[in-house]
Amino acid sequence: MKIYLKIWRQNDAGTPGKMVDYTLDNVIPHMSFLEMMDTLNEQLILAGDRPVEFDHDCREGICGQCGMMINGRAHGPVAHLTTCQLHMREFKDGDTIYIEPFRGKGFPIKRDLRVDRSAFDRIIMAGGFIAVNTGQAPEANGIPISHEDAESAFDSAACIGCGACVATCKNSSAALFTSAKVAHLAKLPQGEIESRKRVLAMVQQMDEEQFGHCTNTEACEVECPQSISVLNIARMNWEYALSSVTK
Amino acid sequence: MELNAKIPPGPLKDKWTYYKDHAKLVNPANRKKLDVIVVGTGLAGSSIASSLAEMGYHVTSFCFQDSARRAHSVAAQGGVNAAKNYKNDGDSTYRMFYDTIKGGDFRSREANVYRLAECSAQLIDQAVAQGVPFGREYGGYLNNRSFGGVQVSRTFYARGQTGQQLLLGAYQSLMRQVAAKTVSLFTRHEMLDVVLVDGKARGVIVRNLDTGEIERHTAHAVILASGGFGKIYYLSTLAMGCNASAIWRAHKKGAFMACPSWTQVHPTSLPQSGSYQSKLTLMSESLRNDGRIWVPLKPNESRKPNDIPEEERDYYLERRYPAFGNLAPRDISSRAAKERIDAGFGVGPQQNAVYLDFSKAIKEQGKPKIKEKYGNLFDMYHKITATDAYAEPMMISPAAHFSMGGLWVDYELMTTIPGLFALGEANFADHGANRLGANSLLQACVDGYFVAPYTVSNYLSGEIKEPRLEIDRQEFVDAEVAVRAHLSKLLSINGSKTADQYHKTLGKLLYDYCGLSRSKAGLLKAIGEIRELRKDFYENLKVSGDEDEMNGELEKAGRVSDYLEVAELMCQDALTREESCGAHFREEYQTPEGEALRNDEQFCFVSAWQYQGEDKEEILIPEPLTFENVELAVRSYK
Amino acid sequence: MDHNNTTSTLMRKTLMALTGLFLCFFLVIHLLGNLQLLLPTDQARESFNSYSQLLSGNIFIKIISYVLYASIIIHSLDALIITLKNKKTSGKYVYDQRGASSKWYSRSMGILGTIILIFLVFHFKDFWYQYKFGSLPVDGAGHKDLYTIVVGVYGDLWYVLFYVVCMFALGFHLLHGFFSAARSLGVYHPKYVAWIRVFGAWYSYVITIGFAVIPVYIYLTQHVLWN
Repeated sequence: MKIYLKIWRQNDAGTPGKMVDYTLDNVIPHMSFLEMMDTLNEQLILAGDRPVEFDHDCREGICGQCGMMINGRAHGPVAHLTTCQLHMREFKDGDTIYIEPFRGKGFPIKRDLRVDRSAFDRIIMAGGFIAVNTGQAPEANGIPISHEDAESAFDSAACIGCGACVATCKNSSAALFTSAKVAHLAKLPQGEIESRKRVLAMVQQMDEEQFGHCTNTEACEVECPQSISVLNIARMNWEYALSSVTK
Repeated sequence: MELNAKIPPGPLKDKWTYYKDHAKLVNPANRKKLDVIVVGTGLAGSSIASSLAEMGYHVTSFCFQDSARRAHSVAAQGGVNAAKNYKNDGDSTYRMFYDTIKGGDFRSREANVYRLAECSAQLIDQAVAQGVPFGREYGGYLNNRSFGGVQVSRTFYARGQTGQQLLLGAYQSLMRQVAAKTVSLFTRHEMLDVVLVDGKARGVIVRNLDTGEIERHTAHAVILASGGFGKIYYLSTLAMGCNASAIWRAHKKGAFMACPSWTQVHPTSLPQSGSYQSKLTLMSESLRNDGRIWVPLKPNESRKPNDIPEEERDYYLERRYPAFGNLAPRDISSRAAKERIDAGFGVGPQQNAVYLDFSKAIKEQGKPKIKEKYGNLFDMYHKITATDAYAEPMMISPAAHFSMGGLWVDYELMTTIPGLFALGEANFADHGANRLGANSLLQACVDGYFVAPYTVSNYLSGEIKEPRLEIDRQEFVDAEVAVRAHLSKLLSINGSKTADQYHKTLGKLLYDYCGLSRSKAGLLKAIGEIRELRKDFYENLKVSGDEDEMNGELEKAGRVSDYLEVAELMCQDALTREESCGAHFREEYQTPEGEALRNDEQFCFVSAWQYQGEDKEEILIPEPLTFENVELAVRSYK
Repeated sequence: MDHNNTTSTLMRKTLMALTGLFLCFFLVIHLLGNLQLLLPTDQARESFNSYSQLLSGNIFIKIISYVLYASIIIHSLDALIITLKNKKTSGKYVYDQRGASSKWYSRSMGILGTIILIFLVFHFKDFWYQYKFGSLPVDGAGHKDLYTIVVGVYGDLWYVLFYVVCMFALGFHLLHGFFSAARSLGVYHPKYVAWIRVFGAWYSYVITIGFAVIPVYIYLTQHVLWN
């Protein structure tokens, strides 16, 4: 297949970027999207140009490191997929593909398609944990947790932290990411104890990181590779309201 | 030189207790004066960093990913073993110990393995306390499943994302300490060298991957938890960034490498579909519980799988291993697949795969039941291959997966460099010549949460009087100069081949000659070709960009330059081990039926390798293995 | 914890939800009152005018009306603050197809809200201001004859069209707003969430059609049906 690419090139956060055109002649439909990018980069290197920087690591949809806006959509045209799981068979011979970094005030661009998502780490730092030290944890079966609660907690905990929710949100809200952790821990008896304090701290950090308001458009759930439910956001709002009232 | 594994005295089951009772402690006031560097933030790295920080040490932690949460432990699917005996099916610490020793084909240390089994129960407690949502029964108690060639149910799981959930638990603990300022975390930093002062590990040289800046960091001990290097085969189940650089550079500074050639090849990965392919996706081994593996009886079969009648199919695992059938251990299943593929019975466009067929299970249990058990895996298969595995068999093939080999460590997980520790997959310790499924998450966690906190403290108790070092000391300057020289060298070649091209060639070479089966002739040939390739690499490599900026190509080239050296040692290691054991199968040493033939008389030892300098052959120093609690038996799955 | 959560993004959304839901409640009362306009002319005049009188005299209603004014102002100002911050934080793409993953009206609450606000200005000017400060005729029962004003205004085709268009803007605003308010207030149980979705949709349909039908009906009665 012949593919025309328009890729965002930007040297660093301080210099303006622009879309640059590239053409690839021998794209194979079975290639993954990132393998197509590898092919482009090899071409660029051999021609003496700087290859396109993009984030990726596990290439099986779980590490959350990859992420691009592909034809104007987070992780590309297929819902509930990471960029690395997208394959070129989703495109046609002669297609033009626009590739841009995930954008948002909270995600400053480092170079080309790489963005700084450390804000997510700082949100977790603010309280996205259970304060238990290593060593002498009580017997695991000491507190039974119903099958449904455990599964529901898992559903929230499955977030891979890729940032597609922020990238696709018209407000660049990090509500889905933050709420998934708030809900995961609030749903478990071990985490519930700190849940009031946790939600206040995490939301405060989320706001400081320059993410916008959640206006419940639910686009994040559609693009989320792990299909994290927007009901986590409701749960966070509930926990937050309770905390504010009982504080 | 004699290797001392420092195994504590006493009966097997009391050794760890004895160690803990006698390990030296550090007074809380003194802990504040002691710094520890941890390289890697996977399960082992995150867990030891947070554990030490909680104790009061100051920890500096590095990872090359953009967040600690993305380390490759995240990708482990199946589960984590623990001898809790919740199912009341006869499990015990001893039984788990025995299964692991036997699974490793009697090439691991008894005391280490027993400790692993002993600490396993505690890990589940720890993880649950951290909020890991393990699968539970309707009554609210933890559930188990059985996994990979054992007779009890001891595998705890969080759907197919157990590694992710355990890692998030460890990562969250780590971030809690970062918030408490007891851990300084540097993401997007890659370790490029260990700095030794008076023979002890006292610091590291790292490169900030976002800016290209070279930094020096000092501490009283350095812990490497940098994971495995299966990515050396290029096509593997590992993440693109997984590498051997940290342990290899430590090796060049004096830490011994142990059994580097022992790489587990996972039998159920998706086959390569073209030369552009960058990685092989793993499909959980649990699929083998219901899937039947077969190839056509006729070579070069062109019919579609569903058109091949039952009598023209060869269910080779069931044929060769009637007792375990499709559930035979990983090394055996992988080898059997390779044997059929090499004999011309492989399927798929590249004839490099075998079928994993669910039609019988679907007929017997119904599609909904199969969907419930494996729905997410079938979905994943569909995402990648656009094929409906409910309607036709999956195609699978073996792929490099786990490094049993790594830095040699003693019972305290310390390498041969004082103050340099290696944890998790980066070390060679518990798995012997073959790792059992669901033991890797366990080992990484046990090393980090339960073992190293004691052993690192024991070491640090002797370092209390050592002051913090100035980073402008000559040792640091020299190390940095060497690191910079290497980077500049890579950039200055300006040839015509990319690092990936070399990596692919090397991977193919290793897979063919030092992969599932090895032979003297093949290994010798490989060593020659690797040397040629290495020479070519330094003549024709092309790296674009500069040293002092973000440069993904330079990172790759650095890693490949190390791989080119590791590969030769792997072949050397495989060549000198004239027996077949676990993942190491030497064609010359097999039974008439084609099964592995171990040689306990001559090779019941761990091969530890000592670096001798650039382009010099390394010296093999064996660490004899003594078995006092188990009888060396032939591993039979027939 | 020294956390000032009154200015957090979540609190602002809570405020939107509370004021929005109060306005939703008001709409129901308002619609019920307005439905009297669908009665036969004489009956409608009497009923509607006395109802208007009742509303303007009662102290309880008066308090409610102040809450109402406050709600409208707070809802609008809060929306403005939220939108400004969102504009500042949001990413701009060269090629943007993000619309594919959400409903257009959920992304257009600001525009829909602005249309409603403009409508309210006219609405207040034409009825509320007239009633309060204008010189109105008096009906047979001695009440101010708001009915005549209403019928007069709805005799204008352009006004009716404007009104109907605004009611559809309101409808879409409610279609997102109602469930969104419940979300912001933290209704997270899937059962109730599903229920609120359905209820919210029906609520929006009824309010939209209910309000839109009235001017159309009045216009038709004047110009088409009984001429």
